[in-house]
Amino acid sequence: MNYETAAQLLELCRKRGLTISEVALQREAAEQDAAPELLLDRMKTHYRTMKESIRRGLEIDTSSPSGLSGGDAKKLWDYAHSGRPLMGPALTRTIAYGFAVLEHNAQFGRIVATPTAGSAGIVPACLLSLEENEGLDEDGAARALFTAAGIGIVIGKNACFSGARGGCQAEVGSASCMAAAAIVEALGGRPEQACEAAAFALMNTLGLVCDPVGGYVEVPCVSRNGMFAVHSFLAATMALAGTRCIIPLDEVILAMRDIGRRMPRALKETSEAGLATTPSGLKFKPGPPSESR
Amino acid sequence: MISAFDVIGPAMVGPSSSHTAGACRIGLITHHLFASPPVRAEIGLHGSFAATGSGHATDRAIVAGLLGLAPDDARIKDSHALAESRGLRFTITAVDLGDEAHPNSARVAAESAGGESHVLEAASTGGGMIEVRSVDGYATSFGGRSETLLLWHADTPGFLAKVTTLLACAEANIATIRTSRHGRGADAFSVIEVDQPLPEDCLSVMSRMSAVRALRHFPRLP
Repeated sequence: MNYETAAQLLELCRKRGLTISEVALQREAAEQDAAPELLLDRMKTHYRTMKESIRRGLEIDTSSPSGLSGGDAKKLWDYAHSGRPLMGPALTRTIAYGFAVLEHNAQFGRIVATPTAGSAGIVPACLLSLEENEGLDEDGAARALFTAAGIGIVIGKNACFSGARGGCQAEVGSASCMAAAAIVEALGGRPEQACEAAAFALMNTLGLVCDPVGGYVEVPCVSRNGMFAVHSFLAATMALAGTRCIIPLDEVILAMRDIGRRMPRALKETSEAGLATTPSGLKFKPGPPSESR
Repeated sequence: MISAFDVIGPAMVGPSSSHTAGACRIGLITHHLFASPPVRAEIGLHGSFAATGSGHATDRAIVAGLLGLAPDDARIKDSHALAESRGLRFTITAVDLGDEAHPNSARVAAESAGGESHVLEAASTGGGMIEVRSVDGYATSFGGRSETLLLWHADTPGFLAKVTTLLACAEANIATIRTSRHGRGADAFSVIEVDQPLPEDCLSVMSRMSAVRALRHFPRLP
């Protein structure tokens, strides 16, 4: 049941008449020698932790220790319920959820790295949105997380999730890619459509650099998690509509790896360029590590 | 082998999977190298760990791991105070581990009250996953994603055969095994990852083998 590429994953789905989620679940069950029900329960626990991080994030009304974030998730939530939010209440709440996880994260809150902490808001925001608007239940959410993991495994094997190695495209790009596939399967889309959605999401995050202000996982990370949750819905929409994605997911992932390798070190989580070195960004630069007790 | 729970997870205290959760796990593996908890540690941060480590609480997370805390422990943010109360003294500095080192790397040299000392170099490779690159100068590669057995031993003929026989008797399935040594017939270091928890009696017999200098084992890292 193992696979290295999206093409192999789709072949497994086709041969056995399974979804990506089911392949990922069966692979895990075989590998860990554990019952699928047990693994689904573990995913449900993760989903509850995700929702708790959203709930806690929406309550934040104080600044993070760095002063770079805090209180914006709440503002978006209020705007979503203000009567006439520009993008409608559902999508506006989705943005708020992405913000909420990252604001909670910035205040040393408990989150689930999905696939990383800096991109931990995207998949949860999308799933909670589906729960509220499409009737996704907890079991469905756990299965959607296996879809996300199924795609994530391909990225992990062929590229990486590390901002320090691949830039933000490896973190937020990967999360958005995984979320897009999860949305499609949760809505009953075929595995091929899920991979198309994943490819659309990832190809439109390529080149995204990791230049966090002050080195903190806050600017632009908080807003980026809100925005790229919506990006996942856009990619899912395109795939569900049957839009053609010319470059297959495997090739987009390899392009991401290639771009990550060519990306200058200064733009890969070192905060030596980009937003981090703008006049406003530099005001938040901390001193070098030196501590002794 | 990447697990679905490597991609979705770990549940962790923020703000960064590589700089906080991964750093905590590096500290935690160092903790597991010791029979009794270390009381002194020199922590060297390389690359992005050094550049953006304080904002990501890398400094607090590695210390938390050295104290045995898991990546989702709420006490990570107060680990420096906790270290003081538990008698762990430490220094944190920026180091250069060379161009070949992963940008998120750390070198931890630690010592216990009984005089046991170890040096570990490890990289945080993304999403909270880590890879130990060397232990006490032995090149190695493991990430704490399975039940792990560490053996410091003499490089004698048939050593691994005896160890694997013992593991076979305990019906433990070996996932990976890696030995490195300083030279022929010199001291060696082996890492064995197994699929199931190892029974105490098997470990007890193994630790009494004449070639074994030290044996440590720890479960899949939280």
